[in-house]
Amino acid sequence: MQTGGLIDCDVHNAVSADAELLPYLSARWRRHMELVGSRTFSPFTKGYAYPKAARFASRRDAWPPGGGLPGSDLEFMRVQLLDAYPVERAVLNCLFRAPEQRHDAYGAALAAAVNDWQVEHWLERDDRLRASVTVPFEFPDLAASEIDRASAHPGFVQVLLYPRTMAPLGGRRYWPIYEAACRAGLPVAVHAASTTAGPTTATGWPSYYIEDHTGLAVAFQAQVISLIFNGVFDRFPELRVVLSEGGFAWVPALAHRLDALHARLGEEVPDLRHAPSHYLRTHIRITTQPMEEPERPGDLVPLIREVGADLLMFSTDYPHWDFDDPYRAFRTRVPADLHQRIMHDNACATYRFAA
Amino acid sequence: MTAPGRAVVVAVVGEIPAGGRKIVDIDGRSVGVFNLGDGFVALRNTCPHEGAPLCEGVLSGALTSPTPGVYHYERRGEILRCPWHQWEFDLRTGRSWVDPDRVRVRHYPVTSDGRHVIVHV
Repeated sequence: MQTGGLIDCDVHNAVSADAELLPYLSARWRRHMELVGSRTFSPFTKGYAYPKAARFASRRDAWPPGGGLPGSDLEFMRVQLLDAYPVERAVLNCLFRAPEQRHDAYGAALAAAVNDWQVEHWLERDDRLRASVTVPFEFPDLAASEIDRASAHPGFVQVLLYPRTMAPLGGRRYWPIYEAACRAGLPVAVHAASTTAGPTTATGWPSYYIEDHTGLAVAFQAQVISLIFNGVFDRFPELRVVLSEGGFAWVPALAHRLDALHARLGEEVPDLRHAPSHYLRTHIRITTQPMEEPERPGDLVPLIREVGADLLMFSTDYPHWDFDDPYRAFRTRVPADLHQRIMHDNACATYRFAA
Repeated sequence: MTAPGRAVVVAVVGEIPAGGRKIVDIDGRSVGVFNLGDGFVALRNTCPHEGAPLCEGVLSGALTSPTPGVYHYERRGEILRCPWHQWEFDLRTGRSWVDPDRVRVRHYPVTSDGRHVIVHV
């Protein structure tokens, strides 16, 4: 399917080696990196709990010819993505493991280094690029400080969290992050990651990557339920939350269930000002990749209409292995007005890009 | 030997070693030509799923298991795995491993006149 201007809401830029961050660390933390190094909540410091379907979870053709990790070379990203499709804006989500550090202050220093590295090597080098603020989200006061600091650069358009947090994201401990995001006028994104401490399911550790990857859809729903019923959107009415890489077919079912149970059990959360589905449709936005692929491709359009025409924002997930091609991801004809919203307009509204 | 369609010389014999491949452009169509050792095959270099450059993928074999604990790794080098979503295709037929009747990639006849490798498009 042809497309006009495209906003790609999920692209991964990568730090090829820790040493690339050294120029952005103080002597204190350079020494820490060299002598101590990464200590993550997950026991797998150099890999994943589950081997991915492809090396570095990336398209096999995305390794830059000049070396380095997929997503580390802007010039090659231009060839494969930014110039290959009519990309007006691309939102970078750098998954460097700063937020996962057990050492809170080191995590904060790494997050700041990643953000400064993004400014110099990405935001200042291509005006189509925007980026997410990396924050040590398990230490929300430090995360809030980094949001205040980094958001001074206009290239940052959202705050980046992962779905498998220590506790559900609606809890009071995370509120300083939302407060800072609202102060900066930024949405908070929750992007799939399988390296954080908790299992992806509510019932423990699964056996296989295929379970881990499927289970992301469940983890995202748990976070949405938590955000709504803990009153985050009542307390922070300006807050927008972007969900990345957790699917979207579950939205109608979750909305029905939330409202039905709220009608019966709402007395437990009497401060909620609206029906739960109202928060879902007003405050939540969802990126499309990995595109839902119903058995009958034509079922996708009615599904999207039920999810809500304003909720979805197209994403490729470049350079990851399950990349969605902007021309081929919809395996059915999507009506032009709906297509335009998903490929472009919804993201412009969410990120306040000039249309 | 004759085959339908227009004949296009894509390589000289010996240029593509057994187990090797060459990706060629035929009137704007990218086509992968593979030497399987006992002959050549040619496939459209576009995955039917999302359009990835299929013929740049890894070649592997097929694992079959008649009963628990017993497995056979067969047809080494004849199964092509897409570089994006890892869908696998049988080089000899162009049919996908997972859904061979419905998911296929265009497959072109290949002949040789003794000196050239010729794809019929």
